Amino acid sequence: MRLLAGRPSWTTRDLTPGVRVVLGAVGLVVLLATWQAVVAYGLVPPGVLPAPTEIWPAWINEVSGGFWSQAVLDSLTHYSLGLLIGSALGVGAGLLCGSMPVVDALTGGAVRLLRPIPGLAWAPFAILWFGLNTAGATFIIAISVFWINFYAAYGAVRAIDRDLYEVAAAFGHGGFVGRMLYVVLPASAPGVMAGLRTGLGQGWMSVVAAELFGAPGVGARMLQASSLLATDVVVVYMVTMALLYALTDVAFGFLSKRALRWQG
Amino acid sequence: MEPLIRLENVALSHDGGGSFVFRNIDLSVVSGEFIAILGPSGVGKSTLLRVLMGLVEGSEGRVILSSGSASKMGGRAALVFQDARLMPWRTVRRNVEFGLEGIGLSRTERRQRVERALALVGLADEAGRWPRQLSGGQRQRVGVARALAVEPDLLLMDEPFGALDAITRGGLQAELLSIWEKTGKTVIFVTHDLDEAILLADRIIVLAGSPATVRGDLRVGPRPHDPSSPAMRALAGRLRALIGGEEDPGVGPYARFEGI
Repeated sequence: MRLLAGRPSWTTRDLTPGVRVVLGAVGLVVLLATWQAVVAYGLVPPGVLPAPTEIWPAWINEVSGGFWSQAVLDSLTHYSLGLLIGSALGVGAGLLCGSMPVVDALTGGAVRLLRPIPGLAWAPFAILWFGLNTAGATFIIAISVFWINFYAAYGAVRAIDRDLYEVAAAFGHGGFVGRMLYVVLPASAPGVMAGLRTGLGQGWMSVVAAELFGAPGVGARMLQASSLLATDVVVVYMVTMALLYALTDVAFGFLSKRALRWQG
Repeated sequence: MEPLIRLENVALSHDGGGSFVFRNIDLSVVSGEFIAILGPSGVGKSTLLRVLMGLVEGSEGRVILSSGSASKMGGRAALVFQDARLMPWRTVRRNVEFGLEGIGLSRTERRQRVERALALVGLADEAGRWPRQLSGGQRQRVGVARALAVEPDLLLMDEPFGALDAITRGGLQAELLSIWEKTGKTVIFVTHDLDEAILLADRIIVLAGSPATVRGDLRVGPRPHDPSSPAMRALAGRLRALIGGEEDPGVGPYARFEGI
C-alpha cells in the first residue's frame, strides 16, 4: 500500500526483481574492485590481505590437493548432524514447553540458567565427553542451533490464537494429541520455519568455532592456513562457507515457501 | 416428543462461587426445531451454547441427551462461530473436512460429505482456495459447511452473521433457512438482533439479567416470518419488554438494548 501522495522518490521506490539482481551484482563488483585496488595500490602492508585475484589459484590448489573436498565433506558432516540433532531437539522442546504449562514451569529455571551459555563454552566438555572428532563438533553445533529453534518454536506456540483450540475441541480434536496435530504443529509452522532458517546460518558459524579446537574440517583447515599466514587459503574457505550457506538457505527458502503457501 | 437435549436447572459460575453468569436455565430442544437464543451482548448466550456443546461444564444442574445419560454432545453437535475461525493453513475443502478426520471415516466417505456440505452452502467451486482468498461471507459459509459436514443432530450457531455487512447477512440468512428446510437439522442460533431472531426462528428464548435467566420462551408462528409485519412488530415489542424486565417496557433498559 502506498500512502504517500504523488510519485515516490528514487530512494523509496519499490524495485522490480530484475533491478534488484542488477543492483546486487553492482554492489558485489564494487566491493571486489575496491578490495583489489586496496591491495594493488599497497594501501595495506603486503601479506596482510590477499587480493581477490589470488583467491582462485589458491582455490584450484586446495581442490587439486584433495584438501578442499575432504574439509568440506568433514564440515558438512558436522554441520548436518549438529543441525539435525539441535533443530529436532530444539523444536521438540520448544513446542512441548510452549503447549504444556507444567513442562514450561518445570524447565523455566533450567532454561534461564543454560540459555546464556554459548555453544562454544561447551567445547571443553565436548572434548572430554566425545573427543576431537565428529561427535564433539556435532555436540557444539547442536547446542548453538538448539536454542534458536527452542525459542522460535516456543514463541510460535505461545502466539497461536487460542480460539483455534476451541475450534479443535468443538470438532473432536480437543485431546493433547489432537491439539498438537491439528493446531499446534500447523499453526506454529511459520515461526518454526523461521527458526530453522536462522539455525542454518548459526550452524555454519558454529562449524568454524567447533573445528577451531581441532576436529577436522573447514574450520581446522582455516586455522592451519592462518598459522602459516596463507591468508589466501583462509579466504578460500570463507568463500566456500558463504557459498554453502547461500545454497542451503536458498534451498530451504524454496521448501519453506512451498510448505507455507497458505500464507500467500 | 422426546427432547433431543434438555437442560435442567443449569447454572454456571466462573469462580465456582457465588457470582453466576446464568442460573436456573431450563430448556428443552425438540428435534427439527429452529431456536433463537436472544439477549443483549455479554449476557452469556455464547457460554450457554458451549454448555450445550459440552465444551464448558455447568456448575449446577444437568444436561440430558435423548440417549438418556447426562454426557457431552460430542460428535452429535457442531458449532458455527461468529468469526468463522477457519484454519488458515487448510484449503476450503480441508477446512470442511476438519471434523471428519480421525473418526474412522473412509476417504471416499469424507470426500462425499465435504462435497455435499460445500454444495449446500454454494461453495463447490471454491474448494481449492485458501481462507485468505475468501470474502467474509464466504468464510462464514465455509464455517457452516464445516459444521454440516459432521452431520450433527444439533447445529449450534454463535452469532454467525453478526460480523457481516447487512447485504451479505441477508443473503446468508435466506441461505440458512433453505439449508434448514432441506436438511431438517435442529438449530440453536444465538443472536442479539431481534429481527434476525424473528426472521429465522420457530421459537425464541430470551436470556437477560445478571446473572442471566430465561425471561421468556416464545413461539413465532407460521412461516415465512416478515419482521416488518404488524404481528411481528408486536412480537418484537414483547421481546423488548422481556429483555428489559418488568419495569417500564417503554424507555428503560430495553431502549439501551435496541441501541446496540
